[in-house]
Order: sequence, then C-alpha cells, then structure tokens
Amino acid sequence: MRIKKNIAISDSGFVFNPTTGDSYSLNQVGKEILQYLGENRSKEEITSLMTSQYDIDAASFEKYFFDFIGMLRQFELLEESDAT
Amino acid sequence: MQPKITVALTGLNNTDNPGPGVPVIRGIRESVAFQSRIIGLAYENLEPAIYMEGVVDKTYQVPYPSEGTDVLVKRILEIHQKDPIDVLIPNFDAELYAFMRSEKLLREAGIHTFLPTLEQFEERHKSNLPEFGRKYDLEVPFSKPITRIDEIEKLKEEFDYPLMVKGKFYDAYLAYNEEQVRMNFNKITAKWGVPVIIQEFIKGTEVNVVALGDGTGNTMGAVPMRKQYITDKGKAWSGITLDDPKMLELTRRIIRAMKWRGGMELELVKSHKNEYYIIEINPRIPAWVYLAVGAGQNMPEALVKLALGMEMKPFEGYEVGKMFIRYSYDLITNVKEFEKLSTQGEL
Repeated sequence: MRIKKNIAISDSGFVFNPTTGDSYSLNQVGKEILQYLGENRSKEEITSLMTSQYDIDAASFEKYFFDFIGMLRQFELLEESDAT
Repeated sequence: MQPKITVALTGLNNTDNPGPGVPVIRGIRESVAFQSRIIGLAYENLEPAIYMEGVVDKTYQVPYPSEGTDVLVKRILEIHQKDPIDVLIPNFDAELYAFMRSEKLLREAGIHTFLPTLEQFEERHKSNLPEFGRKYDLEVPFSKPITRIDEIEKLKEEFDYPLMVKGKFYDAYLAYNEEQVRMNFNKITAKWGVPVIIQEFIKGTEVNVVALGDGTGNTMGAVPMRKQYITDKGKAWSGITLDDPKMLELTRRIIRAMKWRGGMELELVKSHKNEYYIIEINPRIPAWVYLAVGAGQNMPEALVKLALGMEMKPFEGYEVGKMFIRYSYDLITNVKEFEKLSTQGEL
C-alpha cells in the first residue's frame, strides 16, 4: 500500500490530490498512518507502532486500519497497482 | 521601451454568468511585454466592467450581432476611425461568426484578431460533436440536434433519461423526462433559436482546460481546472488547477489535429472509469482564464502577442493547486455615467 507520489500532505493533516483537485482533512491518527504509508511501512509495522502508542489491541486496530485503507482507495489516493 | 497597444474587447458583463472580458483585461494589464489601453465594447449599458475602476479606459456601445454582421463591423470600423484599435478580442461565441467572416476586412483596416477559422469553428460545434469525435477518434457523448418540439417524444428511442438539453451557443439543462425536455426546449429556443442539442448525460466530474493554439498545431499554453463550486447557472464560482497529464495530452492532441487558432476552453467529464468525454469545445477564452494567469500562464497577453505577430514561446508549466474564488461587489456609480453611455453610446 503506497500513497500516490504526487499527493501532498501538510503538517496540519491537510491532504491535496493534485490530479482530481480534491482535498481532505486528517486527524492526528490518520496523519500518522499516512506518514507511515509514505515511509513504505508494512501493515504489521504500522499495527505494531500504533498499538504501542495508543490504547488499542491489534485486532481492533486492523479493523479500523482496513476501513481507512478502503477510504483511501475510494478517494484514489493509493497507487493504482495497490488500488484493486 | 514597451510598446503601447490598444485592445478592444467584449464580454464586459461581469455578472453571475460572467463574460471573459474582465479577466482578459486583467491579464493584458499585467503584461510585461507591452503597455495597454483598453477599449470596452458593450452590448448593454449595465455591463459592470464599464463602470469598474481601472478596467476599461473607454467604452463604446455596439449593436448585437443578431442585428447583422455588417452593422456590427461598421460600428467597429467607425470606432476604429476615431479611436484606433490594434487588437480586437471577441469574447462571446455568438459574435465570433461575424468577426471571423470580417477578419480580412478588419485586418485591412489595421485591426488584428487571432480567431479560429470558420471551418474550425463549425467543426467543434455542439451539434457536430459526434462527427467531430469520429473524425479525431475522441470520446464524445452521443448527441443529436433537434429543431421541432414533436421530435422530443421520439428521443426515448435513442437516449436514456436523464439527458442534457443545450442551446447552440449557451445554456444547458439536465432533463429527467419528456416534460422537462419540452420546457427547456422552449426556454432555449426563445433565447437562442434552433437547433437545440440533445446530449447523452455522462456521470462524472466536470473538468475544464483553458488553452491557446497558434494555428499551426502547436499548443502555446494549457491549464486544467476542476470546478469546486458551481452556481445554479452551471458556472464555476471556484476552481483549482490540476496536475493531470491526460487532460493536457488530450488538449494537445485536439489542437494539433485541428490546428486550432486562438483561445479555447475544453469542457470534459471524467467518468468513474477515468475516461474523458468531451462535452464542449468553446471557441474562445473562458471567464475563469484569470486562474491560468495566476498559475503562471498569461494567456490573454499571449493572445495579443500572437495577434500582432510578436515573439511568443509556449508556456512551460503552471502552478498546481492554485485556486480562484469569485465574489460579488456592489459598485456605486452616478446616473450621469449611465446617462452618458445611454445617450451618446460611449463613456
């Protein structure tokens, strides 16, 4: 899962897709996940990082994580090879 | 020293359905290549740009093109005699025909234009879009011109509802049933006459490109934009520049194939399958052109340069994520100004 190269993510959590002109606002958790995705970290690594930082177990996190990834796909923010 | 160029233009109706006059003037005023004097050509005496500060230097009233090409051109030449014009930029589809036909006459009088040819103008016409798509292998929605109200009933044989009902120059309405087609047919014919164009409705995101062709197949500039806020008249109230190589390639392909000369606006719908359908090709600069100026491509300035045969290199790049947001503003003026234009035909 990789974020498209041209997607701009600002420190404030503002995400801009220059191909579609769409923009989104992320909360702190979403911003962190997008940052990890940008660093090409695996799902396992992200789960480990998030569960050590926040009060959530791995199974619950993964449920929310896949939900979030689904949303990124729908908004065409992931590389096409990852979007199917 | 920069040369001083007098540019005359129309489209001063900076209303909720704005003409391109004011943004074109803003671009020209910002030119680094020349100084400008702007002559506004007004069809109506309440067109806002006539009264706006620092927009036009002088305004002349002109007759509507519907009164006849000769009448309009005669008035332009009359203005030119007392207030010489270097470049004329028509900003309405409806008047282009008159000016394209008179291009030679205007040039001989010393007035330069940079317009598409009559053939180019006709080819991209809404009513000719299916043929245009076939000729250049481009995706266009199925469309059909109709001239009589009794043709509406038979549309269901060729179209699925909803469908678009469009005027030959302006106006477009989405219709969900025959009754709505009839209502819009009457509304459009009362204003623009026939034919009315019935077009397949393509669901997706509306995106546009403002571009400039040099007449030999080269694209001198192109900036894609997505409307972010659309008024009830379907006009962009806000928009943002996009980084979309497919849209740019499509634009270059069209300009190369047609050898398009002058300003152009491509209206596209990007379907959910990421296919681009050409909805319209407008043969002039659109009212949102100042976004392109703000993003780094001063197309009005470039158009003047091309009209005068000045050196002009194609623009390279533009700023992505640049936005425009329109606003309305109550301008206070004196009835004396209005009176002068109304009685003397100039201000």
